[in-house]
Amino acid sequence: MLEVTSLKKVYRSGEREVEALRDLTFTVDNGDLVCLVGPSGCGKTTLLRCIAGLLEPTAGTVRLDGHPVSGPPPGLAMVFQEYGRSLFPWMSVRDNVELPLKQKKLPRERRTALVEETLDAVGLAGTEKAYPWQLSGGMQQRVAIARAVAYEPSTLLMDEPFAAVDAQTRADLEDLVRALWQRLRVTVLFITHDIDEAVYLGRRVVMLSSSPTVVQDEITIDLPAERDQLHTRADPRFTELRTHVYEQIQAAKRGRPSTEAAV
Amino acid sequence: MWRSCSHDPGLSVKQRTGLLGLAGPAGLLVLVEALPRLGLVNDAYLPPASRIAAALGDELGTAQFWQAVGDTLLGWAIGLTIAVTAGVVVGIVIGAVPVLREATASTIEFLRPIPSVALIPLAVLLYGTDLGSTLLLVVYAAFWQVLVQVLYGVADVDPIADETARSFRFGPWARVRHVLWPTALPYVFTGVRLAASVALVLAVTAELVIGAPGLGRSIAVAQSSGAVPLMYALIAVTGLLGVAINLAARVFERRSLAWHQSVRGEVPA
Repeated sequence: MLEVTSLKKVYRSGEREVEALRDLTFTVDNGDLVCLVGPSGCGKTTLLRCIAGLLEPTAGTVRLDGHPVSGPPPGLAMVFQEYGRSLFPWMSVRDNVELPLKQKKLPRERRTALVEETLDAVGLAGTEKAYPWQLSGGMQQRVAIARAVAYEPSTLLMDEPFAAVDAQTRADLEDLVRALWQRLRVTVLFITHDIDEAVYLGRRVVMLSSSPTVVQDEITIDLPAERDQLHTRADPRFTELRTHVYEQIQAAKRGRPSTEAAV
Repeated sequence: MWRSCSHDPGLSVKQRTGLLGLAGPAGLLVLVEALPRLGLVNDAYLPPASRIAAALGDELGTAQFWQAVGDTLLGWAIGLTIAVTAGVVVGIVIGAVPVLREATASTIEFLRPIPSVALIPLAVLLYGTDLGSTLLLVVYAAFWQVLVQVLYGVADVDPIADETARSFRFGPWARVRHVLWPTALPYVFTGVRLAASVALVLAVTAELVIGAPGLGRSIAVAQSSGAVPLMYALIAVTGLLGVAINLAARVFERRSLAWHQSVRGEVPA
């Protein structure tokens, strides 16, 4: 379980202080898929970096399976928005996926099997020898997802992973994340600014306020587990849920909780 | 092959650029041939190109000449190797530790502009006319070229690439090996290319001024014994060595950096 308790992050530069995160508390159960959505500039990325152990919070704690996070924890993998900069251009697709496994000291046979398996799972079989920059943006992000999945994390953090790909690729990648999550039973924390994406993907959606950030609201997405782009998005319940999230985000931008009845 | 459209249907663009590149040296040869022949300059100071070429032809047959070339290249190669190794190691250590970078920045800015030739008296004092003198000058001059480039390269590490490595729990050595080093590599190559040219200049200078064995000393000897065409021939040889070194460095660079933006060109996405 991922527990974020009273998390606070203040950036200091000289005399100036910027309070990015004020007081964030939420939990993600093992095997859950939670989407964090908030207005732009609400410190989503700061939050994710604190959870990933890449950034030291000013106050509060992050616990992963009971252990406090003080550096990048084992069993956690991250997919960055900037796939082009996160993948190493000097390595082939295969080497990019394999390198973290080497650092994990997995034996060669296991590495080879994992690389093959995950590239196949993300629909990139046959591109092992290509370099990331020879692939389209969507394919590059698939490589980054394969790299994270091959690491066999118990928790997968995704930082607006599809913000830079076109709408059709994005729909495909959303279904890929749902499929991988259902198959691997991995805990996924997915950050996005896209309300539709959050409702479509998540089993729960946590809404953040604008900066300085607190948790504005959270809801359980009671849509059926089998989702598809066409029917789920046309479901009246989907519309209700997205309206609720939308209103909360709008209220967050105005800086107060919405008075709308809970769904 | 990509054919040019109008002028020379038989020549590719690359061949035409190559021919244009050769036109320069050819023109220079014609000029050097013509100036003394037309009596515009005294041929005691500038013999015609044909006579220089003849002197070079004779010289190519002597063991002495090849010994001098070997000595120059030896001093160059050893000096360059030391400078590159030291520059890369020091650059990565300083670059990777922010405190060190701040602490050394002013010292580097002070030491770097000191011309290597200003160290000639010191070199003679320490090593006399041995190879050691040449090496001191070559290493000093080449080291800064490499160091400064490596420092730029280390500063160019993409924070996202580094965070990716950290998030996958890469240790400090793995981050140097897999993130910092490949990022710095294009800069290292630039540094090596610059250092290789400077090292040759300093190797010849040391031989010329100090009298360490090599092409530089041969040039001085030819000049003092009045063998002017030979002197020009040897100068031309040092120039050709410089060109050869630069070409070799570029070919090596392109092969090693096939993945880099500057080499890979546009890829249809």
